[in-house]
Amino acid sequence: MSAKQWIDVCSQSDLQPDSGVCALVEDKQIAIFQMNLENKVYAINNFDPFGKANVLSRGLIGDIKGEPMVASPLYKQHFSLKTGQCFEDENVSIETYSIRIKNGRVEVSL
Amino acid sequence: MSKKQTLVVIGNGMVGQTFLSDLMASKIKDQYAVITFCEEPRVAYDRVRLTEYFSGKSAEDLSMVEEGFFETNNITLHLGDKAETIDLKEKTVLSKKGISISYDKLVLATGSFPFVPPIPGNDRENCMVYRTIEDLEAITSAAKTAKIGSVVGGGLLGLEAAKALQDLGLKTNVIQFSPRLMSAQLDDGGAKMLANKIEALGICVLPNKNTLEIIEGEKCKNKMIFADGEELETDLIVFSTGIRPRDEIARACGLKLGTRGGIAINNQCKTSDPDVYAIGECAVWNEQIFGLVAPGYAMGRTVISDLSGEVASFTGADMSTKLKLNGVDVASIGDAHATTKGALVYSYQNEVEGIYKRLVVSENGKKLLGAVLVGEASGYGTLLQYCLNEIDLPENPDALILPHRSDESVGLGSDALPATAQICSCFDVTKGQICSAIESGCMTIAALKSETKAATGCGGCLPLLKSVLDSELESAGIAVNTDLCEHFSHTRRDLYNIVMVEDIKTFDDLIEHHGSGRGCEICRQAVGSILASYWNEYVLEKNHISLQDTNDTFLANMQKDGTYSVVPRMTGGEVSPDMLIALGQVAKKYKLYTKVTGGQRIDMFGARVDQLPLIWKELIDAGFESGHAYGKSLRTVKSCVGSTWCRYGADDSISLAVALENRYKGLRAPHKIKFAVSGCTRECAEAQSKDIGVIATESGWNLYVCGNGGMKPRHGDLFATNLDKETLIKYIDRILVFYVRSADRMQRTSIWMENMEGGLDYLKSIVIEDKLNICDKLEAQMQHVIDTYQCEWKTTIEDESNLKRFRHFVNSDKHDQNVVFVEERGQIRPANSEEQKHLKIAEEV
Repeated sequence: MSAKQWIDVCSQSDLQPDSGVCALVEDKQIAIFQMNLENKVYAINNFDPFGKANVLSRGLIGDIKGEPMVASPLYKQHFSLKTGQCFEDENVSIETYSIRIKNGRVEVSL
Repeated sequence: MSKKQTLVVIGNGMVGQTFLSDLMASKIKDQYAVITFCEEPRVAYDRVRLTEYFSGKSAEDLSMVEEGFFETNNITLHLGDKAETIDLKEKTVLSKKGISISYDKLVLATGSFPFVPPIPGNDRENCMVYRTIEDLEAITSAAKTAKIGSVVGGGLLGLEAAKALQDLGLKTNVIQFSPRLMSAQLDDGGAKMLANKIEALGICVLPNKNTLEIIEGEKCKNKMIFADGEELETDLIVFSTGIRPRDEIARACGLKLGTRGGIAINNQCKTSDPDVYAIGECAVWNEQIFGLVAPGYAMGRTVISDLSGEVASFTGADMSTKLKLNGVDVASIGDAHATTKGALVYSYQNEVEGIYKRLVVSENGKKLLGAVLVGEASGYGTLLQYCLNEIDLPENPDALILPHRSDESVGLGSDALPATAQICSCFDVTKGQICSAIESGCMTIAALKSETKAATGCGGCLPLLKSVLDSELESAGIAVNTDLCEHFSHTRRDLYNIVMVEDIKTFDDLIEHHGSGRGCEICRQAVGSILASYWNEYVLEKNHISLQDTNDTFLANMQKDGTYSVVPRMTGGEVSPDMLIALGQVAKKYKLYTKVTGGQRIDMFGARVDQLPLIWKELIDAGFESGHAYGKSLRTVKSCVGSTWCRYGADDSISLAVALENRYKGLRAPHKIKFAVSGCTRECAEAQSKDIGVIATESGWNLYVCGNGGMKPRHGDLFATNLDKETLIKYIDRILVFYVRSADRMQRTSIWMENMEGGLDYLKSIVIEDKLNICDKLEAQMQHVIDTYQCEWKTTIEDESNLKRFRHFVNSDKHDQNVVFVEERGQIRPANSEEQKHLKIAEEV
């Protein structure tokens, strides 16, 4: 089994506190969120399957019963930042990606 | 199936119409083909609220008939046609226009006409009555050339007419034959207090005046000569000296009448002919005429029961009444004059505050027989329940009328009421009916209103209705959850107060001490708005950025494809040609779709997030500033050109609109706020559909509040009239900050008003009378917001570090490939999914 391949994305200082940014990683649009409270970062696909637009990185984040989530800025559906599962529709989930901070750099594995 | 019987209803006034709508809601609605005659040119309207016609309500606003009512229910309406004769033998009705109809059952709801005393000269020019919309129109037109107006009759309707004359700008007198105002409802003490209050409003009250003659005046059109030798010059005379039943049609066909007129009816509301009923003010029961609508409605319900074969009786009605006369609360309950044998009286008189209260109790002091309240009538609901339900009075009944200055409540808890207690007298809704509506799922006042009709008439029972609802919910163990979201068990209003009291400046601080978890889009946005309203700091500051909803984050409005629209401010809708050219150049350069908005400014669509700062740099250089179209904040102040250009303008509406927009721009609120200013009552700016609407009159500005267009249109409430600019601004300052403080999240002012206990009067008491003693603070808060205003776009582009976010990718200068435009009517629009596919294929080929 091959080791995870980490791709350098940006500096940690490019991230926004308790908010999101979008990165282009090998032609994929990836929404990256930084949650201040537990000092964690999450990476999910940026495409909103309901609004059909690349906007999830611009949604407000928080939690639903402890599960970290982002709310779509278009129609306000919620998606788990850990699993990509939509809270409102069990048939909908979006891709999530491994992400880590190493030496002040943000790295993603597709 | 048997053939339908024909039911004819003569008269489409309040009682006739309510009878029809009750009939259509009853189980016998399909048994009758219904035909109705309406003599007036318009169908039934709310005469009780007739004075509102002067304060801007239209005939449509006052209508009691839902659109399509007659069509939906297959009722034949003969509008503007008077039923003139009845043939009881042949059972036919013949109308003025010659329509003849055979009936099986006939209901007379012909109402009454205003009685004009037989004074010589009572038919002179400008001698009028006050009953119909046509009467009001005639009064309005006569008032245009008049200076002095006099109302003959100091009853309830006479005082309303006096208020109307005063509002039309006339010096107004009330002339009455008896020694006291509202002699049927008030005792001497109450009437004296009321007279003081009416005089304080500038209306002159002349008691004990017996008018002998009306002749040509010297200074005015008319002169009244009184029995005591005095004279009064007046241009306009309005008679409001009681009503007489319209019984001529019954008289002519030989139906039995009362000794003093009126169509005699029995307990089933039947006349002397068993197939003919009479209801409302045309009917006389037990030699009594009922000049209120509620008994008329009750008669109508009795007829429906009788037609259904049920046993029902009309056996008189409670004539208790509560109203607001020229801003003065007046109420009368039961035996106000203490005519019951052995009745004892408690009274409380406070000339300083202008309050008079009187309780009439039974000989043994146990039961309430009647009451009079002037100047303060909040106890009406409680007292009425004591009286109607014969509930035992407390040990010291005077506590019910003495001022209680502690928090101790002396109200009668709704638990104490029996299920049969009538809560709403307009629609005869009992506590039992309300409780079963609550059981069947009506958990809000709004739901109860639409289910039971309670509190939809005069509205006087609203506080009692609320207390029944609260107490039922409480006893059912249902706690109404007003938590903002799972992270804060507080309402928005609570959080606002916490922020104020504890000087909290950040979301993190608030959630740490008063909430739990990480927050969500609901509380973050709400708290962001609260902090912005109260502190008015730059919204994209590090501490606040994670609280801004989609549009605020990028200070632009996100559209369906993730691009943004840009709206610069054009105060009052005013824009110079040079500015317009500059705007056009920017739109052209960035290939934006442009459209004029409903708020009189220009919206430019299709900007990518990375283009926003570039676009704004150019707009700011051209002299524009942020229009806050993205914020839950003041949007626009729409205006007409007003007296500057318009032939009809009464005042300079543009200058006021520009001043107001500049004053309140940037104010963050629970929801967006729209204003408009019209230069005259033609109302071209549509101010009555705005959160704040201002209309110029010859004598100052009229202020309307809490109107709305949109999903659920609401006509603004007239808040104050003839204001100077300074007072107008003071009131708006106070109203806006009070709204910002107390509204729920995402609650427009219209819904805020609908849900406010006490409604418009309560808001007036806070803003005009400063009842809560907070006006200084409200004004100071507004001043702070004004002093700390900044153009958010100017601040944003001035600091490089703010611009970091304005790119689609944090690690690339590429654009979002998903954003594709096509052209339509010479401008761009987002490609639909089909077009996107084709375009992508074309690109790949």
